[in-house]
Amino acid sequence: MRRAWTRFARNRGALAAFLILVAMTLACLVGPLLTGHEPGRIYPDLVRTAPGLAAHPEPDEIAPALTRLAFRMRLSVSDIAVTGDTVRMVFSGVSKPNDTGPIDERVLVYLPRSDLFGPASIVERRDGGRRLVVEAPLRRLRFLMGTDMLGRDILTRSLVAGRVSLLIGAVATAVALFIGIAYGALAGYLGGAADAVMMRVVDMLYALPFVFFVIMLLVFFRSGLGLILVAIGAVEWLDMARLVRAQTLSLRHRDFVRAAEALGLSTAAILRRHIVPNTLGPVTVAATLLVPKVILLESFLSFLGLGVQEPATSWGALIAEGARALESAPWMLAGPAAFLVSTLVALNVLGDGLGDALDPRIAER
Amino acid sequence: MIGLILRRIAQAVPTLFLVVTGSFFLIRLAPGGPFDLERPLPPAAMRNLAAVYGLDQPLLVQYGRYLGALMRGDLGPSFSFRDLTVADLFARGLPVSMTLGGLALVLALACGIGLGGWAAHRRGGWIDRAIGLLAGLTLALPNFVVAPLLQIVFGLTLRWLPVGGWEGGAPSHLMLPVLTLALPQVGAIARLTRASLNEALNAQPVRTMRAMGLPPHRIARHALRGALLPVVSVLGPTAAALLTGSVVVETIFGLPGIGRAFVDGALNRDYTLVMGTVVLVAVFVTLLNIVADIVCALLDPRLRTAR
Repeated sequence: MRRAWTRFARNRGALAAFLILVAMTLACLVGPLLTGHEPGRIYPDLVRTAPGLAAHPEPDEIAPALTRLAFRMRLSVSDIAVTGDTVRMVFSGVSKPNDTGPIDERVLVYLPRSDLFGPASIVERRDGGRRLVVEAPLRRLRFLMGTDMLGRDILTRSLVAGRVSLLIGAVATAVALFIGIAYGALAGYLGGAADAVMMRVVDMLYALPFVFFVIMLLVFFRSGLGLILVAIGAVEWLDMARLVRAQTLSLRHRDFVRAAEALGLSTAAILRRHIVPNTLGPVTVAATLLVPKVILLESFLSFLGLGVQEPATSWGALIAEGARALESAPWMLAGPAAFLVSTLVALNVLGDGLGDALDPRIAER
Repeated sequence: MIGLILRRIAQAVPTLFLVVTGSFFLIRLAPGGPFDLERPLPPAAMRNLAAVYGLDQPLLVQYGRYLGALMRGDLGPSFSFRDLTVADLFARGLPVSMTLGGLALVLALACGIGLGGWAAHRRGGWIDRAIGLLAGLTLALPNFVVAPLLQIVFGLTLRWLPVGGWEGGAPSHLMLPVLTLALPQVGAIARLTRASLNEALNAQPVRTMRAMGLPPHRIARHALRGALLPVVSVLGPTAAALLTGSVVVETIFGLPGIGRAFVDGALNRDYTLVMGTVVLVAVFVTLLNIVADIVCALLDPRLRTAR
């Protein structure tokens, strides 16, 4: 085991993949708190913002935004001047020519409500309050990966989506592992007719068009997280069962298993204490390679609109949105796709690295 | 050899029976029916419709009737496309899916075995590593990411190829979907070929041949023959998946294939269409697995008597 670990540590690619995965998991768990945006927060004035380091509103976005706001306030705006982090402007009444009274100053709450500006303060009242000189601080919003069609931060949403995707990857793999190990170990240990029947069943299930069954399940019975987990886990246990059975067959007649039998241990205890722990090496490798398959399957279902439903989201769902907005906002596809692909590549590299480390034949070369 | 084929076919029958039974009752368990509209039809009309399609019978009777019809090769009328049978819909969609899948399979095999063989030939060198990386990347890139990327690059930016549509199978319309379908399989086949070829090139017979001084291309021929076994054995499911159409690729490129028909059918509760698709796919998978087994047996005499 120690030698396997040394071999693994020497495989720089696999080690890097492992670190990337740890970083990805941490980022998804903690990251959404650090980006400064709520995942569901909509910035109506910052729809389809291109990714970049610049703080929003940028200088050329201020005047149009103020004009839009003034329209809603039924005022007109002029003399917009930006100095540092504050903007100064003059509001004057236009829409009601007969109304000669002063501007209702309560309309200034529109400014802080608009994402772009802080609370406004009146610097000077002219013409008996019919013209207001107003100063407001500028908000400084950053969207490293841009915003989507509704003005939501894509980085935050990708990280939150990552929680769902990684969770499904882990839990569905665990479901598949559990069923596969139990089934495979039992079949291999019992041997004979029971083994033959159990493996024929697996062969039969292999031939089923499972993806079609999953689609049917999700279309017919309102899709939810639980159903997705069960459906994917139930599909993917077959490989695991075959692998564990093959391992068990080679262990069954070893001395330590016979000794356990001679001691009168129950079948369940022998499987749990002696068989399963000895199959864990190859199973770990297979499980590591199963996680990306599961994540991919979930993304595929979400892409078709059958997976995770709004307001929850996953990488597949975000990629589906991005693919629809391809021409106008390509970064909507690029962000989540980068997260998904880097995770999948890292998992595949890690799985291969583990396989090499645990395979003595390769290690000796 | 004939015994093997018969045994495989005997195994296939219960599998197909399971598929038909499972999907039949799964659909019937689902809430909603094929004739549920936004504005419900009058009860009398609903009764008439149900009587015409035999939906007023007890479930087991319906099941028996469906099985009987299936034996005669009749997949029944479609519920959502009036005046069309499921067979009509397949006659329309299957050529599309088969053309795409067949081309993708040929492309994947040619590129995959070629790249895998090259990597094994230059084992440990930078070409080997580059091909390994490429294969890993194509495996990790989901087709719903690849397809839009190809559309951007070749369709919108370079304007070389159309971004979608079928147009009677014009070659320019086929390129991007076929490429999207083939790409992950190229990676998978390349890896498999490389791994088993490496193993074969280290095995005793090859060492003996080397020691005897056989020319490299003759050694390669012998090694490749044994090394292709794993490739052939995964080809069954791969081919079935490709030929029966990828839902995603058909959706993104707007192609009228089987995969698209299945999802639409499931959403519309088109019982017969969904059943028909599942049966069709299951038959394809089973048949292709049998063919793959036979090819394996032809390549490796030991498998002819095993099991």
